[in-house]
Amino acid sequence: MTDATPLVVKNICKKFNELEVLKGVSLEAHKGDVISMIGSSGSGKSTFLRCLNLLEIPTSGDIEFHGKPIEFYTTRKGERKPKDISQVEYMRARLSMVFQSFNLWSHMTVMENVIEAPINVLGIPRAEARERAEKYLEKVGIWERRDYYPAQMSGGQQQRAAIARALAMQPDVMLFDEPTSALDPELVGEVLKVMRSLAEEGRTMIVVTHEMAFARDVSNHVMFLHQGKIEEQGKPEKVFENPDSERVRKFLAPKY
Amino acid sequence: MNYLEELLADNDIFTLTTMAEYWSGLVNTTQLVLLSLIIGLVLALPLALMRCSNKAYLSKPVYLFTYVFRGTPLIVQLYLIYYGSGFTFNDTWIWPAFEKAFYPALYAFVLNTAAYTTEILRGAIMATPRGEIEAAKAYGMSWWKRTLRIVLPSAFRRALPAYSNEVIFMLHASAVASTVTILDLTGAAYNIYSRYYAPFEAFIFVAFIYLCLTFMIIYIFKRIENRMLAHLSTSRP
Repeated sequence: MTDATPLVVKNICKKFNELEVLKGVSLEAHKGDVISMIGSSGSGKSTFLRCLNLLEIPTSGDIEFHGKPIEFYTTRKGERKPKDISQVEYMRARLSMVFQSFNLWSHMTVMENVIEAPINVLGIPRAEARERAEKYLEKVGIWERRDYYPAQMSGGQQQRAAIARALAMQPDVMLFDEPTSALDPELVGEVLKVMRSLAEEGRTMIVVTHEMAFARDVSNHVMFLHQGKIEEQGKPEKVFENPDSERVRKFLAPKY
Repeated sequence: MNYLEELLADNDIFTLTTMAEYWSGLVNTTQLVLLSLIIGLVLALPLALMRCSNKAYLSKPVYLFTYVFRGTPLIVQLYLIYYGSGFTFNDTWIWPAFEKAFYPALYAFVLNTAAYTTEILRGAIMATPRGEIEAAKAYGMSWWKRTLRIVLPSAFRRALPAYSNEVIFMLHASAVASTVTILDLTGAAYNIYSRYYAPFEAFIFVAFIYLCLTFMIIYIFKRIENRMLAHLSTSRP
């Protein structure tokens, strides 16, 4: 059961001071799932994704990674914190994240970026990490650019490098935080193509996106977030073709 | 040697003796500055990390230290340690560590450059792009790994230009060592000036040596920057 369902989160709530961003969102990622999270800006999609690998600590709610719940405690000031940071680090190393602004390490070449975490977090020998990196760089189509620094590449190339960095961890689940939002329409295509091929390989992915066509065609589950709650979720055909919610209908309707 | 002797044969001031004085001054200055810089940098590293901490008991003491040492003249710090140690530690077990003028001067320089370097590094550490730290976290790196592998390497690079200034300032500031009986470059020049009453020859010559040393420092840092800051250039490999 646990291997088939690497990530289960229940009732995630997140408050920033008085502002309630998430009001109880749950999700189950089964192996091979491609879950798209859509919704307007400020609906809490990105915050929810960042709660999954605890870049944000949820105010309440449970996270189970391979069946083991992450444990929290509350500080005297009332802050919730993970009890065992190494448990969190273990989970993070197996939930690779791809960011909207790439966040490649700018002082390292593409190759160094890709082998960094496998060597220093997973403890893989350098030669093996390089081999892995070459494979994934080839896969995302920037093998020729492996000795470039991030600043020397286009946004699309940087994002593909970031995807190779994520793949090199051979993660159980990949988290994508609006991976194409910082790119122009042409570059969006090259990144989406890579992501589509990953989905077709059967990788487990959770994707926050504004690319409706991607969500409809590639994912097998779509969640529509509205004001910190799941407004509607289900098979993409259902959510896109025949949504129950008026809000979803309005969001998806042609705008002009 | 013979060539030098001939060259200096009919010069009253620049004799082999005075050249030897300048040389030992150069050695003293180099030793003092290099040692201070190395020890100062090693101290500044943990201090800068403490200064960046959000725990007040770590950052506040370091803030006080850098505030005091950047807020007072180096020569006053030197006098305090040099004359102060004579008053308090004379004939105690710790006296050997202050007996030679070189040591108090070294301590003053180390503390001074450590304070400045701490602030330079702090600025560079604080300027680490948030996203890069977040990525390091998201890939499961612990605080130590993030710091050693991502934050410090990137901060060092950012700090290089400012740090090269600190090295040059330190070289020039080391001239105050001559006020506490150390025969550094300036001390040697002063002796020669007072012996021959020839201020221009004595000090212009020493100024020229400082100038050469500064050029060397600039050149070395230029080389390091070219290598370490390659990631900032948009020209492709």
